[in-house]
Amino acid sequence: MTTFNLNGRSVSVHSPDDAPLLWVIRDELGLIGTKFGCGIGLCGACTVHVEGRATRSCITAVGAVAGANVTTIEGLDPEGRHPLQTTWIELQVPQCGYCQSGQIMQAATLLKDYPNPTDQDINAVMAGSLCRCMTYLRIRKAIKLAASRMREGVNHG
Amino acid sequence: MIRRSAIAVIVVAFLGLLGFVFLSRRPAIAPIERPNPASFTAESIAKGEVLSAVGHCVSCHTRPGGQPFAGGYGVNTPFGIIYGSNITPDPKTGIGLWSLEAFARAMHEGVSQDGSHLFAAFPYNAYTELSDDDVTALYAYLMTRPPVSATVPRNTIPFPLNISSLQEGWKILFFRSGRYRTDPAKSAEWNRGAYLAEALSDCGGCHTPRNALGAEKVRETYAGAVIDNWIAPALTEANPSPVAWTQEELFSYLRTGVGRMHGAAGATMTPVIREGLALSVVPDSDVRAIAIYFSDIDHAGARESDVGAATRGAVETSSLGSGQEYDPDANLYAAACLSCHYNTGTVPLAARPELALSSALTLPEPTNFIQVVLQGVSNTDGALGLVMPAYASSFTDAEVARLAAYLRRTRTTRPPWTDLENKVSAVRRELPASH
Repeated sequence: MTTFNLNGRSVSVHSPDDAPLLWVIRDELGLIGTKFGCGIGLCGACTVHVEGRATRSCITAVGAVAGANVTTIEGLDPEGRHPLQTTWIELQVPQCGYCQSGQIMQAATLLKDYPNPTDQDINAVMAGSLCRCMTYLRIRKAIKLAASRMREGVNHG
Repeated sequence: MIRRSAIAVIVVAFLGLLGFVFLSRRPAIAPIERPNPASFTAESIAKGEVLSAVGHCVSCHTRPGGQPFAGGYGVNTPFGIIYGSNITPDPKTGIGLWSLEAFARAMHEGVSQDGSHLFAAFPYNAYTELSDDDVTALYAYLMTRPPVSATVPRNTIPFPLNISSLQEGWKILFFRSGRYRTDPAKSAEWNRGAYLAEALSDCGGCHTPRNALGAEKVRETYAGAVIDNWIAPALTEANPSPVAWTQEELFSYLRTGVGRMHGAAGATMTPVIREGLALSVVPDSDVRAIAIYFSDIDHAGARESDVGAATRGAVETSSLGSGQEYDPDANLYAAACLSCHYNTGTVPLAARPELALSSALTLPEPTNFIQVVLQGVSNTDGALGLVMPAYASSFTDAEVARLAAYLRRTRTTRPPWTDLENKVSAVRRELPASH
């Protein structure tokens, strides 16, 4: 049994220690905002935060997050209105939407580290988050808009 | 290897004979009633608690998930597995009936209460340097822990190496009994650090290479060694990190498990930090003293002026792979590693381990790099709150080898690693079952 914090609440799960965190979040805990993409940590769809850092949950064993704080897209903002989420809607970023929760979680870490990201910063940090609908231009635009709003302290769009 | 083992066996047998001839078993020291915990002063117990933490006693004397100090952790040696004993004051399975005299003899001479010789996996070669006062404090601390009835598995050291008298021969060759001698040319802090590092933490136990008989090579103190399939890096100026291990870096690393200019602790260094130097009972001054000692050993002072340039140079390589490069190795790196390890500006962020500064990439062998890629970093490893996914199921041996070669080529000025794919495969074979 592994105990960790999920979106601010302590959870104890029965999945074996080596079960991927993604499976535990989706199947045992029922939070399905986080998606299964490639299963080998190379597409970014399963990105969650572990201790505030974007982490590929499909290849992170649940035992590896024992005692840690895990945040999923459901917990990024209590009302689902993180600046990235509001700009995402405003600019109509998603097409099919499958990769978007991973994109947003990765972008949230990017903005925490680099509040005013250059194109190079975005290319580098978002490099591991793939979008098969090719919405990259709108992703970049939404990240920059969210960044400017966060810098101005307008947090809820 | 077989030949080396054969020679080792012959030499050990000969030494054993010498042991039989010249010396016999030491006398037992009479058991006592289990001391009343109230007979120890709070001061002595508190001092013992700090010493026990700095000496990370709990790491070898506790099995995974077991009660503290109740023994059962298996120490892998080239000769077999030696299990840490139960050092709680339980009268039957622990050291409850040991007098202070018996405890001090074990610490200073490596002889058990019953007179038998202890294996040097219990580093009495270090503890012999402990002051009598500190041994008394450790005794007070351990004797006031809750007694736990727990037997530990038998050691797997094969006959004839398991003959106690052989240890006497080993001691004649390699063991010098004696307390720590202050170096008057050095500061009090330096001496405190040296004392803690040598007599208590036994840093050389992992960081000094050993000879065929398992004794530390005195001429290669802190030269780096392999332990449990990881490299314990050199602590001397032979350490190849691009930025020298300065006093500040050492302090931060030893206190928290992370040095921003070097990387995070892992593997067997974990308990040294998590169950030792990171604990709040250990004063900053003791960790600082160890940092002062090692920043002198590695001559960081002479290289400190290069820190800024080395750091800037490293961060300049950080965006490699983020453009539209037609290098499949760079693409592999961009897909898996870049989003967490990218840095910009002049100094890397603590939360973004800069690979161009990482010790794992500059070591002479790729072992640690391969280990981290395959196993990732768990919240229970190294620094608290630092987690990296495990790529064992993502990458083939060939892909990990390409990644290693790419980073070594583009992020360091060191010569390429050789035979990478086989080395990845060798590390993978020895991974714990969950990977």
